[in-house]
Amino acid sequence: MLTEEQIERYSRHIMLKEIGGKGQQRLFDGRVLIIGAGGLGSPIALYLAAAGIGSIGIADADDVDLSNLQRQVIHFTSDVGKPKVESAREKMLAINPAAQIRTYKEWVSAANIIDIISDYDFVIDGTDNFAAKFLINDACVLSGIPYSHGGILQFDGQTMTVKPGESACYRCIFPEPPPKDAIPTCSQAGVIGVLPGVLGTIQATEAIKFLLGKGDLLTNRLLTYNALRMKFREIPLKRNPSCPICGEHPTITAVKDELDALTVCDL
Amino acid sequence: MTITINGKETALVEKPSRTVESLLDELEVAQRQYVTVEFNGEILERDAFVNTQVKSGDTLEFLYFMGGGL
Repeated sequence: MLTEEQIERYSRHIMLKEIGGKGQQRLFDGRVLIIGAGGLGSPIALYLAAAGIGSIGIADADDVDLSNLQRQVIHFTSDVGKPKVESAREKMLAINPAAQIRTYKEWVSAANIIDIISDYDFVIDGTDNFAAKFLINDACVLSGIPYSHGGILQFDGQTMTVKPGESACYRCIFPEPPPKDAIPTCSQAGVIGVLPGVLGTIQATEAIKFLLGKGDLLTNRLLTYNALRMKFREIPLKRNPSCPICGEHPTITAVKDELDALTVCDL
Repeated sequence: MTITINGKETALVEKPSRTVESLLDELEVAQRQYVTVEFNGEILERDAFVNTQVKSGDTLEFLYFMGGGL
């Protein structure tokens, strides 16, 4: 049963026929892990807390830096030097004191990721390096936990949702990470501050839709966005039979750290 | 001949033979060592680029890594 305060707080959700009181209860019962408390993670964490997602995990080993504030809207000037997960937790609780926030002040690695993600229904990749992006894909595929991939650079972004065993995964498209320093990253090439707001909000939408069981997830489609031309495009994808992790003859059967790609984004 | 590249119809000069490999050169595709090519809806293995003929009406998508997020 929803309390009067809950009915008022979530009234604009509850009046949607796709959500209602039942859907809002599903959100209360939902468990979502956000990996990365930065540009993508900021809007994701704020919106998921506001939406009433009952249990939210947030993982990031970094502290807030002055150069983060141009886009990482969950962190304020007074937070510079503070652990990002602490700064994020404070804002999420300020929006919604009922949210259960679990912080992980650590980088995900092959040693901890399977354990961390096992407590969640849906995972969101808001990281900034290929080692983490491939690790999250592998861990979610092997554990059968759906997740949202997101990537941003300069004026471009891309996102897709992966339902392991049902839809194309990140390695279906990109079998191996690029070598270290082969691809420019945000810290080297820049990013317009509003870009992660657009992409992160789409990723949060996917988590909410997954928990509700409503609508069509962004599976078997790569959504790309260019802010300069203000264009969205959708590229249809399908599972790749020769995918090294979810194909017919997988060669990856356990998570591994992609050491060659580890410092790609100059963490 | 006309093919569709990244959603856009693109006219190319007629040639006796054109493979995915030679098309990447012809179009001066960025980051060609890392680009993923989706050819008529299927992800093409990198070692198949040299032997895959491009014909009028084919659809290609060039997909790129995007590693940012923080």
